[in-house]
Amino acid sequence: MENLQLIIPELFISIMIMFLLIFGVFKKNSSQLVYNLTTVSLVAALALIINLDAQIQSSLFNNSYNIDSLARFMKILLILSGIFVMLSSSKYIQISKISKIEYPILILCSILGMMVMISSNDLIVFYMGLELQSLALYVLASFNRDNLLSTESGLKYFVLSALSSGLLLYGCSLIYGFSETTNFNQIMVNTKEIEYGLTFGIVFILVGLAFKISAVPFHMWAPDVYQGSPTSVTVFFALLPKIAAFTVFIRFLYIPFYELGNQWQMIIIFLSIASMVFGAVAAIGQKNLKRLIAYSSISHMGYALAGLSTGTTQGVQSSITYITIYLVMNLAFFSCLFMLKRNDEYYENIDDLSGLSKNHPLLSLSLLVVLFSLAGIPPLAGFFAKFYIFVAVINEKMYFLAIVGLLATVIAAFYYLRIIKIIYFDPEREKFESKHNLGLKLTLVASTFFILAYFIYPSGIVDIISQININ
Amino acid sequence: MNFPILSSLILLPTIGALFIFFVRSSNSQYQSSKYVALFITLANFFLSLYLWIIFDKSIVDFQFVEEREWISGFVNYKVGVDGISILFILLTTFITPICVITVNATIKNRLKDFLIAILILETFMIGVFCSLDLVVFYLFFEAGLIPMFLIIGIWGGERRVYSAFKFFLYTLLGSVLMLVAIISIYWITGTTDVIKLYELGIDAKYQNLLWLAFFSSFAVKTPMWPVHTWLPDAHVEAPTAGSVLLAAILLKMAGYGFIRFSLGLFPDASLYFVPLVYTLSLIAIIYTSLVALMQEDMKKLIAYSSVAHMGFVTLGIFTMTQQGIEGSIFQMISHGLVSAALFLCVGVVYDRLHTRLINRYGGLVSIMPKYAIVFMVFTLGALGLPGTSGFIGEFLVLMGAFKKNILVATIASLGVILGAAYMLWLYKRIIFGKLINEDVKKMVDLKRFEIVTLWLLVLPIIFFGFYPEPLINSIEVSVANMIDMNDLDKINKLALGD
Repeated sequence: MENLQLIIPELFISIMIMFLLIFGVFKKNSSQLVYNLTTVSLVAALALIINLDAQIQSSLFNNSYNIDSLARFMKILLILSGIFVMLSSSKYIQISKISKIEYPILILCSILGMMVMISSNDLIVFYMGLELQSLALYVLASFNRDNLLSTESGLKYFVLSALSSGLLLYGCSLIYGFSETTNFNQIMVNTKEIEYGLTFGIVFILVGLAFKISAVPFHMWAPDVYQGSPTSVTVFFALLPKIAAFTVFIRFLYIPFYELGNQWQMIIIFLSIASMVFGAVAAIGQKNLKRLIAYSSISHMGYALAGLSTGTTQGVQSSITYITIYLVMNLAFFSCLFMLKRNDEYYENIDDLSGLSKNHPLLSLSLLVVLFSLAGIPPLAGFFAKFYIFVAVINEKMYFLAIVGLLATVIAAFYYLRIIKIIYFDPEREKFESKHNLGLKLTLVASTFFILAYFIYPSGIVDIISQININ
Repeated sequence: MNFPILSSLILLPTIGALFIFFVRSSNSQYQSSKYVALFITLANFFLSLYLWIIFDKSIVDFQFVEEREWISGFVNYKVGVDGISILFILLTTFITPICVITVNATIKNRLKDFLIAILILETFMIGVFCSLDLVVFYLFFEAGLIPMFLIIGIWGGERRVYSAFKFFLYTLLGSVLMLVAIISIYWITGTTDVIKLYELGIDAKYQNLLWLAFFSSFAVKTPMWPVHTWLPDAHVEAPTAGSVLLAAILLKMAGYGFIRFSLGLFPDASLYFVPLVYTLSLIAIIYTSLVALMQEDMKKLIAYSSVAHMGFVTLGIFTMTQQGIEGSIFQMISHGLVSAALFLCVGVVYDRLHTRLINRYGGLVSIMPKYAIVFMVFTLGALGLPGTSGFIGEFLVLMGAFKKNILVATIASLGVILGAAYMLWLYKRIIFGKLINEDVKKMVDLKRFEIVTLWLLVLPIIFFGFYPEPLINSIEVSVANMIDMNDLDKINKLALGD
């Protein structure tokens, strides 16, 4: 048990969850305090993870829990995003009257579940983490319980997610049946031959995972949930579960079933192409910004999957880079959304942005940068994200995927341009409030600066990611 | 030479833009931001002039090369100039301050943002012309879309949204295939460094597809028939300064790309596709000249004439002869000056009457004599009268074409006549004729800053028309080297069956 120090971050978060629950119940009107304490404990957890050795490679609990460089990097990403989400949305939850003590605690629960997912090296542990994060997310999605849309989105997410979890569990049981083990490394050893049952198992698990990252054709929940949930939850949805599910994707494909690449490669390519194209086309007609960003994130997941589909280390690294840059872009976008406030009401329709540039030049400039970056126009960070993906894809001679992906960026550019058009070319409307809290401003400035200045030193992140050991 | 002169050229406008951005503005400070922009662009012009003077025209190698690690182990930031690119840099730094001067009359709102956009655009344009790495080139090439999109969209005319979108999406669609090709080149040869690629060469079996991918991007940007339709829209709706930059410099990126990349990297494929380029160029020359004849909007007419002139450019490049390529480069520089001047001329009357319809004017010679003089010079320059720079370019291109294919050259020569027809007819309808409209009679002649900008363009057009030596001198060695290096002559001879 001397290895227990390796999971100190997880233990710390678990203890904080319990402590905050008790604390919140006994101390009246402590919702804001609990919220702040949650942020602080996330910062502490981040410090604990960074404290781990960067090249660490060990496993715990009978080889079912992996602490390696991939897990370390993804957890840092996860908790950093968590911190920024908390910082940027604190004002929102007060104004939307969802500032209850359960809210930050549920977020912590969900983050704990994701950390378990990221480190899992065993089907059972993985499923446990998945359910922990999903259960917290169901509640979060319907947290604004007096709002019809929010309740609907929570219910919708619950039903569909339960279905996909069922499929996933069925896949797990099939794999267990054919390989006699649930441990990832052991599965690799036991499955040298291809059997139909095994293939089915892989397919079911991929369906479950594709649901979690909202890849087409398992994306149906995303637009409704994004739109219905309170924006503070939407930003959470857009960032954190993607990191966790994506890490599992990487582990699952590259450890137990790496040898069976020809079995899953076509599936991933299909998911990727379908997501890229569908996400780009469906977003064109949207009027609600949250709904639009849901479709946009569908297509972004398509690009990230394209990197995975190559089956090479380079491909995985490009996907991780993509996810990292995607997180920053979405964070910046949602920070802008949080700033569209007038008389304690938040606006989220595209038309509300009309002529924004006249009254709020700086906010519009950030939006401009973020949107062009999402569209993948150089020299912004979003271009480099796509660039790495295509470098990896073309290296494997998958020209079809590359060309479809690039054409999809042109289609996608249209709807990003449409928002820019509304911000910059259309007549102005009433002013929004220009006072915002420090956390929100900090998030927006930091993320926009990252996107803008990425091209000056693009090697920084790539170098860190290339240190990650996949297998 | 340790001073990074090219990087300074690239960065200086951006620094100016940042300066304007961060200085708090009230209405009175609008003027000062204009002077900052003017100062920066002029400084850039003199810096590039200095570069041209110290540039050694007798050496074939790239000069002032700077190289820095950028994306580790993959792409290096590499810039440098040869005799060809330095001219385009000069053109860019020459035209930009002129655009800055014109904003006074044309831009009524958000002047500060406009200046920032122009300065950022200048950074990208200079970057395109001196980058020596395919990825860096692509980066600058695409990045230019952002400021141009905003310039058309924010400060444009009535149908600005449609035009801005069309411009952006057309160009983006063309360019994405180029990105695939660039990455493919990296995997085939292991580098994206242009100088290394020149030495290594690319296997002939890959060349055709790669050439087509690059062509799709450059053809849209040139623009060649049939993907030229974004240009008239973009020109018509863009503000004067935007039209000037678009016509004078952005279109030249593609011509430059043809020479630097299509000819330089894929000589075999270029030869293979010569008939395609000839055909498209001839259609562009003849068809768009005819279309230009029928236009009622001045800007549209000049836009179509740009397509025709760029047809000469592509024709000249793909004759793959010394004269043809030199003529194309000369034609690009000359067209950069002439079309910029013509758009400025349109801007002058548009600011007074707020219409671009040709039949609303007429008889301007009696009330705006100064205007009539400069407009005459530019009209003659556009139709290629001997003694203007337009003549040298067209003449050299046709000379190259006659060497290779008499039929093609003959058809192209017809284009020269059509060019004279639509330009002179335009001049006749605007400047001569009867003064009918009352509001035309109230128009005032050129103001001082207009005189300055227009005469600044008259001088080089006439000077290079009589004495093209400085330009030819600068490109001669580089073009000869390009022909030598890729054995274009040998290929030519084989193709001709000598």
